[in-house]
Amino acid sequence: MTARARPLAIWLVFVALCTHEALHTRYSADLSAFLPAAPTRAQQLLVEQLRDGPVSRLMLVGIAGGEAAQRAAASRALAAQLRAASLWAAVANGEPVGAEADRALLYARRYALSDALDDATHFSVAGLRTAIGATLDLLASPAGLLVKPLLTHDPTGELLHLLDGLAARGQPALRDGVWSTPDGGEALLLATTRAAGSDTDAQATAVAALRAAWATLAAHDGPAAGLRLELSGPGVFAVQARATIQSEVERLSLLATGLIAALLWSVYRSLRLLVLGLLPMLSGALAGVAAVGAGFGVVHGITLGFGITLIGEAVDYAIYLFVQSGGSAHDDRLHDADRAEAGYWPTVRLGVATSVTGFAALLGAGFPGLAQLGLYSLAGLLSAALVTRHVLPALLPAQWRVRDLAPFGRRLAAALGPLRRARPVFVAVPLAAALLLALRGDGLWHHELAALSPVPAADQALDARLRAGLGAPDVRALIVIDAPDAQAALVAAERLAPALTAQVAAGTLGGYESPARYLPSAARQRARLATLPPADVLRARLVAALDGLPLRAERLEAFVADVEAARIAAPLGRADFDGTTLALALDALLLAQPDGRWHALLPLRAPVAGGTIDATALGPALAAVGSGDAATATLIDLKHESDALYAGYLAEARRLTLGGCAAIALLLAASLRPVRRTLRVLAPLAAAVLTVTAALALAGERLMLLHLVGMLLVVAVGSNYALFFAQPAAPGPTTLASLLLANLTTLLGFGLLGLSSVPVLHALGVVVGPGALLALLYAAAYAPPPDGPPAASVAGPAAGARR
Amino acid sequence: MKSVPVRPAALYAALWLVSALPVAAADWTPEALMAALAANPGGQVRFVERKFIALLDAPVESAGVLVYRPPERLERHTERPQPESMILDGDTLELERGGRRLTLALSAHPETGAFVDSIRRTLAGDRRALERTWTLALTGDAGLWTLRLEPRSEALRALVQQITITGRRGEVRSIAILQGDGDRSLMTIFPADAPVPTDTPAPAPPDAPVR
Repeated sequence: MTARARPLAIWLVFVALCTHEALHTRYSADLSAFLPAAPTRAQQLLVEQLRDGPVSRLMLVGIAGGEAAQRAAASRALAAQLRAASLWAAVANGEPVGAEADRALLYARRYALSDALDDATHFSVAGLRTAIGATLDLLASPAGLLVKPLLTHDPTGELLHLLDGLAARGQPALRDGVWSTPDGGEALLLATTRAAGSDTDAQATAVAALRAAWATLAAHDGPAAGLRLELSGPGVFAVQARATIQSEVERLSLLATGLIAALLWSVYRSLRLLVLGLLPMLSGALAGVAAVGAGFGVVHGITLGFGITLIGEAVDYAIYLFVQSGGSAHDDRLHDADRAEAGYWPTVRLGVATSVTGFAALLGAGFPGLAQLGLYSLAGLLSAALVTRHVLPALLPAQWRVRDLAPFGRRLAAALGPLRRARPVFVAVPLAAALLLALRGDGLWHHELAALSPVPAADQALDARLRAGLGAPDVRALIVIDAPDAQAALVAAERLAPALTAQVAAGTLGGYESPARYLPSAARQRARLATLPPADVLRARLVAALDGLPLRAERLEAFVADVEAARIAAPLGRADFDGTTLALALDALLLAQPDGRWHALLPLRAPVAGGTIDATALGPALAAVGSGDAATATLIDLKHESDALYAGYLAEARRLTLGGCAAIALLLAASLRPVRRTLRVLAPLAAAVLTVTAALALAGERLMLLHLVGMLLVVAVGSNYALFFAQPAAPGPTTLASLLLANLTTLLGFGLLGLSSVPVLHALGVVVGPGALLALLYAAAYAPPPDGPPAASVAGPAAGARR
Repeated sequence: MKSVPVRPAALYAALWLVSALPVAAADWTPEALMAALAANPGGQVRFVERKFIALLDAPVESAGVLVYRPPERLERHTERPQPESMILDGDTLELERGGRRLTLALSAHPETGAFVDSIRRTLAGDRRALERTWTLALTGDAGLWTLRLEPRSEALRALVQQITITGRRGEVRSIAILQGDGDRSLMTIFPADAPVPTDTPAPAPPDAPVR
């Protein structure tokens, strides 16, 4: 009994330790899994931006149906409800909310804020004459109504210049006083969450709050009755994706679990065995998490998802144990351990070694996400195999017997003959597949991160439509300035402005935003105010400037007084923006970092919707920021950079997978003699992967990361099949039956995933389900013809796999 | 203008038909005026506008083209002193000047909105809409009428005290506005094919009233 108790005790301690580690490790769901171990500045900033940049916090709302007036009323009511809630940093729908405070601030500080004063001649006689002449021209226009009250205080039109600059950021169309799509058919609203876009729980709360607010408005007597709410944005997508994946995983895994349990029940005929069969996999999953947590300090979500998939192989171990040993009374001459030794174990051990070797190749990856996947699978499979070998026998009841599958296995063995005779077909198909794949080449692969996106095309179209209607927030490219303090960041932003303005004028850039537009650096403010002449000088210049114009200098005493006051005012600071909507815009663009440094963001707009921005043209300007002081400027093309990251990840995954396959081949060649047996193991795996991949290519699917993970699993699972068939003696009927049973569980578990609408799950399903079945078929077809009557599975261990 | 749906010659033929309807002087009631205005099919005319502003020693002047498409769309395309467009369509007022575009909703600016809307409602002959905001007083006859609009609300009176519109049958000839602060403007309207007045001061048409 002690011999039984010792592995059990070790296992319990191991599980306790792993659980402790798993509970105390940090989990991360952001893109940093795709970041190389030594990321570039742009890559790091990209992940920061996608995680909690201002773009990640936007929620785009469309209100459709009904009449324009009703949509506008619903937009106002919804905006009022959201503004009253603390979840939102900003809610904009075109209503002039906060416009009074904004205008008051701009007016009071117009000389510090206006970039017209960057031209030192703005307040010269000629400059004054030009500016005041333009204002008089404006008086003649219908807009003159807006100008006239300002004439005596602001004859040079600085306030209008500032308002103009802000309006030039691109304003959505207005219909009945609220933003609408250009055709007027839908009211638009833009809400910014306080929570970061990567905080999916907080985003879910915000989405739920918005929908609840809408539900009260859309009640049968509410202002939005009969209208339709449309919601989009990064946070909304994240919430929806999580919900879809959760519900699909739940639905499909419930179905698969039910079917697999029924299948296994029909063989095991024991609930205890059914539950015990799960122990290797669960132990492996736990060990994998603990190993990654201990090794990396943080576990990426992607590791969890893919890793658990990969050690799905461990379910098969229990099947081999239970079915091939048949039951406690099956062979009284042998103890459990000896029986295992004599039967499935040497083969499974080599299968585990094969898989572990393959996954170990990932350990050297430059991307922590891949390296984690390698470590997870390695630790998980080893643990699962050891638990199957040493713990499960100790937990088995004293008397147990599974259904005798030998008669069924004999029928299977009879079918092997025809399968072998059809071998030419099984050779021709993979060769044709290899040829097809060679012809397709790199075009097989999807290199964009969007391939992983679970967002349905219809939702992406809605997002594009709302974004186009709202105009500005479609930020693809932005410049990030990193500086030791806020003033240095603003100075650097101001240094970039001339180059950006020149590109806008040349039409190569649609426009740009800058925090310095709202809050100029103190130095820039002082320089502007220094161009203001003293009162006496200004009066004299006005007299000269107004000569011949219908306005006399004496009428502008209020202007002279305002200029005098501006000359001695303290520089404008962030606190002056409190209570204005400008503060929100400023805070989104000028950000304090956790390490005490500051970031200034300058989002760039492409010259036409969907167009590209010429990064090389901006290079010299960006480099100029980096010289002289501690500030640096980096241009990030969000889509380009994230696609590049993903492509790098995918390329390395492919490279390492090939390396893993080579390592597997070496291992098998060292373990199996003669070399022909090694080929007999490798050939079915290669044939299965080639056939599945070619079939997917023919079906028009483009391969992505998940297909690759699926192929790894086909190799891991299939290597067990192939090893059983590569024995000197053909597998006995019980072994054959256990292989088919293991194969059916894989087919059920993954085949169902192929039906999922989530690309990630679908990709995994369509590779692993058919791939596992094909691996079994190829292994059987390539097996050598039996020399005599099929031997029992206990006949003898593989020569090269002796302990 | 490229956006004009009717050729000027056809337009004026139509206007002539409308104005030739036998309307006796005694019958020139607000109803008759509104009916005549409502029958105007729209089209294009030229304008010269002079603004008399107390702060300034001389009036400022602008000139250009007005395009009216009943009942909702009114366009003002200024040619001098600075090219500029103002398009009023439904609730939306769009200003374009120097490559910049500004869009406003009339409903978001009730007073300015009512003021801007008054011209369009007059052109449309929409008496009910006009009377919600203004009290109307009509003098003269079909050959030369004067319609005076005075605001009903104090808020609007702070912006504009009086609008005086003159015309002949279904055609508007001038629009004079007395603003809340005492400044005033006079817009004189010509047929699109009339000689373009370019000099300052603009020659007033013979039958335009002078305040």
